[in-house]
Amino acid sequence: MTAAQPQAGGVALVIVSHSEQLAAGVVELASQMAKDVILRAAGGTDDGRIGTSFDKVNDAVSALRADGYDVAILTDLGSANMTVESVLDFLDDEEETHVRLIDGPLVEGAVAAAVTAQVGGDLEAVAAAGRARELFT
Amino acid sequence: MTESLNAAWAVAWIRRAQVVLAENRMELIDLDRAIGDGDHGENMDRGFKAVVAKLDAGETEVSGVLKLVAATLMSTVGGASGPLYGTAFLRAAKAAEGDLDSNGVVAVIAGALEGIVARGKATTGEKTMVDAWTPALAAAQEAAAAGIGPAGALRAAANAAQAGAEATIPMQATKGRASYLGERSIGHQDPGATSTALILTAAADTAEAV
Repeated sequence: MTAAQPQAGGVALVIVSHSEQLAAGVVELASQMAKDVILRAAGGTDDGRIGTSFDKVNDAVSALRADGYDVAILTDLGSANMTVESVLDFLDDEEETHVRLIDGPLVEGAVAAAVTAQVGGDLEAVAAAGRARELFT
Repeated sequence: MTESLNAAWAVAWIRRAQVVLAENRMELIDLDRAIGDGDHGENMDRGFKAVVAKLDAGETEVSGVLKLVAATLMSTVGGASGPLYGTAFLRAAKAAEGDLDSNGVVAVIAGALEGIVARGKATTGEKTMVDAWTPALAAAQEAAAAGIGPAGALRAAANAAQAGAEATIPMQATKGRASYLGERSIGHQDPGATSTALILTAAADTAEAV
């Protein structure tokens, strides 16, 4: 256990992918460097096909918010973004400030975001890390 | 033919849309295989079957029917069409006040288009369903302004959506996964624009039968 453990009020991550296995794999990978950060996978459709699920994303976000976490969300492809944005549309203004869709590369962004959350970064810092802009400059 | 379309029409529309989407499942799959991930026919068929299973024939408001369609599509369609059509029907539901006269038809189509643009951030000419909804709205507005009733406005919208879908064939996709194909997306009709035309044609067919 490290000194700067994230806790309720900290940032948790939701990994949204069209593939259940890809989402689970990204969670596995990012967790390795961020042992105390809560990462939830929301991959595939409700019946295990390739695609994204409004309910899976919504359930993951709601559960983390109920536990007091701010939530950072990363996605794999454009239509996953649309699913996440649909979920965000249903949040009220106050809730919206605690949930952020990060426009970053899924794997690098998730690792960078998770590490930042691990060392106690707030939602803003986690989102900035997750965009992983240094990769593209 | 009546002057306004009520909740019973909305239920009939969605049931008819489900039948038509099921009949055209393979066509939509083939169109989507050509330029996308091939799941559009399957997703629309699955989504509308789930909607019809939940439809309540006792629903008294058009907006209530459209809201149910929105929520069900969002949670059952895994592809891009889930959030896109889900948001379209949600905004259409918000725009629908009471039964629909031709101005009500215009408001519903305008709401749907606004939802799709907000969600997909697409504009015309990008080979998406926006290329069917945009001319559909213009045609409905023209019909309403000319004093044509709601069924006629829907027919005008459906015909314009069909023409709009066909007009996507020579376009190069610049939105969504089809854009990865670049010039190879040219020569294929957009599946989302095609399903839009099918859904609006179902709306016109059932409105004319009221």
